[in-house]
Amino acid sequence: MNDSKQGKAYKFGDNISTDHIIPGRYYHLRSNLPELAKHVMEDADPKFTQNMKEGDFIVGGRNFGCGSSREHAPLIMKIRGVNAVLAKSFARIFYRNAINIGLPAIECDTDKIKEGDELKLNMGKGIVLNKTSGKEITFKALPPLMQKILNEGGVINYITKYKDLPLKAQ
Amino acid sequence: MTITEKILALHCGEKKVTPGQFILADVDIALGNDITAPLAIEEVEKLNKKNLPHPEKVVLVSDHFTPNKDKESANQCLVVKKFAKKYAINNYFELGCGGIEHALLPEEGFIYPGELIIGADSHTCTYGALGAFATGVGSTDLAFTMMSGKIWLKVPESMKFIYSGKLREWVTGKDLILYAIGDIGVDGAHYRAMEFRGEAISKLSVDGRLTMCNMAIEAGGKSGIVAPDETTLKYIEQFKIPKSKIKVFESDKDAKYVDIKEYDVGEIEPQVAFPHLPSNTKPVSQAGNVNLDQVVIGSCTNGRLEDLRIAAKILKGKKVHPYLRTIIIPATQKIYLQALKEGLMEIFINAGAVVSPPTCGPCIGGHMGVLAKGEKCLATTNRNFVGRMGDKESEVYLASPAVAAASAVKGKIADPAEVM
Repeated sequence: MNDSKQGKAYKFGDNISTDHIIPGRYYHLRSNLPELAKHVMEDADPKFTQNMKEGDFIVGGRNFGCGSSREHAPLIMKIRGVNAVLAKSFARIFYRNAINIGLPAIECDTDKIKEGDELKLNMGKGIVLNKTSGKEITFKALPPLMQKILNEGGVINYITKYKDLPLKAQ
Repeated sequence: MTITEKILALHCGEKKVTPGQFILADVDIALGNDITAPLAIEEVEKLNKKNLPHPEKVVLVSDHFTPNKDKESANQCLVVKKFAKKYAINNYFELGCGGIEHALLPEEGFIYPGELIIGADSHTCTYGALGAFATGVGSTDLAFTMMSGKIWLKVPESMKFIYSGKLREWVTGKDLILYAIGDIGVDGAHYRAMEFRGEAISKLSVDGRLTMCNMAIEAGGKSGIVAPDETTLKYIEQFKIPKSKIKVFESDKDAKYVDIKEYDVGEIEPQVAFPHLPSNTKPVSQAGNVNLDQVVIGSCTNGRLEDLRIAAKILKGKKVHPYLRTIIIPATQKIYLQALKEGLMEIFINAGAVVSPPTCGPCIGGHMGVLAKGEKCLATTNRNFVGRMGDKESEVYLASPAVAAASAVKGKIADPAEVM
């Protein structure tokens, strides 16, 4: 878990689609994920992919990740070292893909974050600290199933280690 | 319980499930394509297992970048084929034997009432049209299901859409779903099961219902569903599925819905979704003067026989506009052949349209009809996001095959009534 990491916020609007995140025209590059990752968020903000550094945050509005089921969308964010995606709400397939591959997707009030703000995420406490504004943004903890999958770095890691999903804990 | 809750309860061995509950459910069919399956295959291969527990439940269809666009796409399809051979997956559809996955599976008899289907493709929700629970997932989910036969799911809340009244001329399932998405927005059914009912749905063909459920995801829905009725059962008769396998469920009278929307379809005109969201809808009469560079009739949304018949009815004896490309894509080989037999292909070719082999191609801006900077396309597909069909400064308008065919003739967005 990237609990101790901090990074800069890159802000995007509502309804950021998987076509913004990684356009279909690059899909033939699938077999080369690092190459695909060079284009992450290109159609939403061409500067993002040039400027972002490991540990930075992608911050969206409502319905982040709508559209396709392409898991490449959260995967290339993880490859580029995106700390977490914060949004007011997530499209469901993007959300489950992010959890399944071990990329934190956090629902919180992203109006309290501005482009370029320095953020620090504390998953355990359910707090995003906005170091620029000095404000804390709280978020509801993930359901236990998802938190456990995330802690193991994804559902495949979880099932390989424990041979079963922790559903009884719900 | 709702029909969705009943199907989910059956598949996790519970008498009752409630929205919000997490379940581990048995999967009847797990689908992957040339974009999503390779990632899942990598995960499965890592575990070095000799067999999959249920290879008969896996369906693999390479349809997105096929016929292979370039060597990279060819490699992806090869990964899928090798995997199918290695793990004895008989439901592998090679080019020429299949077509677009969501038109193909209902056509091949994989889909029937009461099933639980997952697919590593967001439009898997299409299959709800035959009274099944079907939802799109990611590649890791597909890998997990191939290895275990199961999927983790959160039981969704249900939202009911009642369509009453009689359809106007040229109004189709596509218009009904676009109208609803325009009403509730692209996250209006966020995480929910969308249940379509009412007189207009009862009278709608299976093709029309598949189109409606196909676009549930465009309202943020987890699934779309039409409770099985005579139309459904008559359609699946051809597949000779053992009766014991078919589970016809219906929502209880006291089933709980988080929201109910009621529409009088007599009020609904053919719809057009303007760029860049499927919810940005207008009645065709208010579309204004939008000149087009391309029209695409096809896709998992509207590439079925009924769609081609409507397009041919409008294009018969006419020519498409000289400065506009018209691309018609029958969704499967069977649809292609039937359209050929019915003389539809001759109508399209005489009108100046080009007929493509079955492929998702242009819908994802992949190939076979990609847009240049500044170009405008009206398509019968499902998404009009920024850059969806090509250059990020191109525009996509979504509509029914009837509006698409009329627009192809006029060279601009047009009401079918204008050309007939």
